[in-house]
Amino acid sequence: QVSELVQFLLVKDQKKIPIKRADMLKNVIREYRDAYSEIVNKAGKTLQEVFGLQLVEIDSKRHTYILINNLPRAEGRYLCRDEEKEKMGLLLIILSFIFMKGNSVKDSALWEFLHLLQVNPGKQHQVFGDVRKLVTEEFVKQKYLEIIPIPLTDPPESKYQWGPRAEKEISKKDVLNAVAKIQGKDPTFWASQYSEAEA
Amino acid sequence: STVMAAQMTDAHRRFLQVLMSNGITEGSEARKLHQHCCETDKVYYAHDKLDDFISTINSHLQPLFMQIRKGISEDDGRAHYAVVNLAETEVTKMASDYTEMELELFRKTMDLIILSENGFASSTDILNLADQLNTKKMKKKEAEQVLKAFVEDKWLSEKNGEYTLHTRCIIEMEQYILSNYQDVARKCNICHSLAIQSQVCESCGIGMHLPCVRKYFRGQTEPRCPKCNEFWSCDTP
Repeated sequence: QVSELVQFLLVKDQKKIPIKRADMLKNVIREYRDAYSEIVNKAGKTLQEVFGLQLVEIDSKRHTYILINNLPRAEGRYLCRDEEKEKMGLLLIILSFIFMKGNSVKDSALWEFLHLLQVNPGKQHQVFGDVRKLVTEEFVKQKYLEIIPIPLTDPPESKYQWGPRAEKEISKKDVLNAVAKIQGKDPTFWASQYSEAEA
Repeated sequence: STVMAAQMTDAHRRFLQVLMSNGITEGSEARKLHQHCCETDKVYYAHDKLDDFISTINSHLQPLFMQIRKGISEDDGRAHYAVVNLAETEVTKMASDYTEMELELFRKTMDLIILSENGFASSTDILNLADQLNTKKMKKKEAEQVLKAFVEDKWLSEKNGEYTLHTRCIIEMEQYILSNYQDVARKCNICHSLAIQSQVCESCGIGMHLPCVRKYFRGQTEPRCPKCNEFWSCDTP
């Protein structure tokens, strides 16, 4: 049962779509419901031990899980395929921007920032294609970003925040250090971000 | 020699993760990756110990019915590695990526390829299959898109408008094919692995992989069948 669950989780996670407990129960655990926690624990241990992946619950109400990469981040080529690497690059830029702006930015602010980088929602981007779709759909589905509508705004506005996968996979400390390096300042220059990153 | 089941290190885990995300990894790439992983995770590296490195991973994958398997490309004879699921029935691996209808088309295409003389199915024949599916008729344009996806995902490979099974597919589904197409699937007379593309002896019917033919007949002016000794009728590659 444990091996079946491990494979189920690996396959589901390939798409980076969160896994629901209900799906696990229905497709894999089935009649062994009583042993659910034990099976999940063992599967988690196996995933860590053999694959270096950590099973993390990102929503304790709806019981959804993701697998995050627990290996120390490596330099260079083998991190992921080129297309993935470029998407990750864009994502990190967006996440840095959000973090440095106090963990929440309005959509207009984000798109203005991306415009400076010649990444525009209207046009097809050479590398990213439909950028609006990538940012507002793909990154959101993968739980890297969260878009929260701001009530009572006309025209309707939203705010962008780090999603639960970003919170787990990406270190705020690394982000702050990178920004500090680019701007030639000490990370402590940004007091509130610094204390958040050190926490 | 006795082999102690070595511990998994982060280098092993990293190697495994990359292999899984690649789908299929060519031999020299795998060797480079081995080196990269050992260097990144500061694990002892010996350039000729890739097989041992992989054995360690496999010993931990075994209870999960998974395995890193090596297969030889039928096109260039080069080794490739893939992570294989031993407990799965044929297309379960593809199940999460394709619809029922698409899977049916794949199965029927696989039939065509395995039953064919040369291991290829023409796009025309495959498109005709699309029209006869049990699940639902697939339109020509849709079938063309699906075929493209099969090629991109490395289940099929295309040459001059004809399709055969990709090396990845052969590595992952070899057991399934050998057991489900027992009477029809050919095994190479030289290396005894499944042969999808092959040259066949006109007299006795044995088949051989093209790279295996190349190796076997190297330097021979009068190639003869290893089984029945008749002249080998096909052009040696």
